[in-house]
Amino acid sequence: MAEREQIKKTPAKTEEETVEDIPATSKKGEELKAELDDLLDEIDEVLEDNAEEFVRAYVQKGGE
Amino acid sequence: MAIVKVLGLETEYGIIIRGAADPNPIAASSTLINAYVAELTRRVTWDFEDETPGRDARGFARDGAMPPEVETHLVNAVLTNGARYYVDHAHPEFSTPECADVWDVVLYDKAGELILARSVEAAARSLPPGQSLVVLKNNSDGKGNSYGTHENYLMDRALPFARIVQHVMPHFVTRQIFTGAGKVGTEAPSTGGIDVRYQLTQRADFFEEEVGLETTLKRPIVNTRDEPHCDSGKYRRLHVIVGDANMSEVATFLKVGTTALVLSMIEDDWFARAGRDFTLQAPVASMRRVSYDVGLTRPIPLADGRSMTALEMQWEHLDLARKYAEDRGLDSVGGAETGNEVLRRWEQVLAGLESDPMSLVSQLDWVAKYRMIEGYRERHGLAWDSPKLAALDLQYHDVRPERSLYARAGMEKLLDPASVVRAVTEPPETTRAYFRGKCLQRWASSIAAANWDSVVFDLGQDPLRRVPMMEPLRGTRAHVEELLGSVTSPAELLDRLGS
Repeated sequence: MAEREQIKKTPAKTEEETVEDIPATSKKGEELKAELDDLLDEIDEVLEDNAEEFVRAYVQKGGE
Repeated sequence: MAIVKVLGLETEYGIIIRGAADPNPIAASSTLINAYVAELTRRVTWDFEDETPGRDARGFARDGAMPPEVETHLVNAVLTNGARYYVDHAHPEFSTPECADVWDVVLYDKAGELILARSVEAAARSLPPGQSLVVLKNNSDGKGNSYGTHENYLMDRALPFARIVQHVMPHFVTRQIFTGAGKVGTEAPSTGGIDVRYQLTQRADFFEEEVGLETTLKRPIVNTRDEPHCDSGKYRRLHVIVGDANMSEVATFLKVGTTALVLSMIEDDWFARAGRDFTLQAPVASMRRVSYDVGLTRPIPLADGRSMTALEMQWEHLDLARKYAEDRGLDSVGGAETGNEVLRRWEQVLAGLESDPMSLVSQLDWVAKYRMIEGYRERHGLAWDSPKLAALDLQYHDVRPERSLYARAGMEKLLDPASVVRAVTEPPETTRAYFRGKCLQRWASSIAAANWDSVVFDLGQDPLRRVPMMEPLRGTRAHVEELLGSVTSPAELLDRLGS
């Protein structure tokens, strides 16, 4: 789709136009893995102690 | 000419009380909100005078539809930031004040989360030992029960409702690729043979109709509630029930920003002018098909025989929106700067979804949650139906900072945290919410009640005096700050207003 290609090539006009963006994908694989490992460590710490009981007890009435 | 899209979000939060013999959700919701408002100087109650939730945009009233007066024994407060905070059915609900642009919507939606978090803290001080409240900003309990996050958009009354339905439906179905908050598994009775381990949205499982008035059963993709809370001769308020509650500021920004833009395009008949019609062959089935398509590759059929993926259809919408912006400008969505930021982020997110959805792990809820769940599953060798993954799904949405997994996901922030704190008590400056909020800050003890379109003063003598606010864009700081600063009492204010 030619139109679509055109859209994507239009440079975004932002204040940081001159600054090089560092998209998440350009991070090294190891760096991403380390980040995720840290996050998973944290999840282990804060996840409800008894996950099964928590999930079973979490019953809502429909709303709206 | 498209009118300014005055905007608002209403969020029903999930709630449970732990450690109680009788875990009654209505009592828990009341406890939560009472604990918060008890710490405020004086609670002003909501005025139901103009509530008509049974009125239908297609032009008829439903028998038996009643304003929620039947529940007036429940907590119902108006806050000094212009918001409404109350018990709706069995949930605490926070309605943002009216906002004149998408930045304010994101701001007041976050302020709402902070108010709920403070409420949990306040309740903890009053609950018996061993009891605690858990409050989640999500839309499903994972067991087939859903509660809503509703968007509101001010629209021109002159517009035929059928045209809104025709052109907004495809956007509602396909915007899920960036609005979804993510969910483990499915709660739909049938998935059409698709193995659903994880899906994009919380809500897609719960929609059964294309158009209708219901919100609690047989939910429609386009809701027809016709209750504008302002001059009904000029305006309608499109009540959108199809979205997820977002934790991500970027996702909320895009959910509301793109929809406001699409609605402006509909008001200016832009789809017809461009000769574009994305009417879907089967909108309800397509809702689910899109939500179940984490790979973003499955096409959905259009009424004209074509088919395209949700991502392709969103590119088409963006393309039309860009041309609309060039031709008609962006005044209706908060001006050029704000509108262009919506377009820029819309493009960025679609490009990310196309090349590598995981590149949006800091922007979109469904991606952030997916990475956590998949990572955790791998680390602990869990099956997809493990309760630990279900717990993780729920806890992503926990409003308590010490428990929230969203808070640990490293998500991009659009807001200055200090501005969120200020928005807990200060109203937006560019809608009538400013007048409501400022009056409440100064004269709460002289205000008998307030609602979206009026403030009712009690000056100690009969009768009560109602100040109508039928225009959402009047009563702004620019309109009334000087007046409010020049009077010393509510009586003087009313004299000056001629009420």
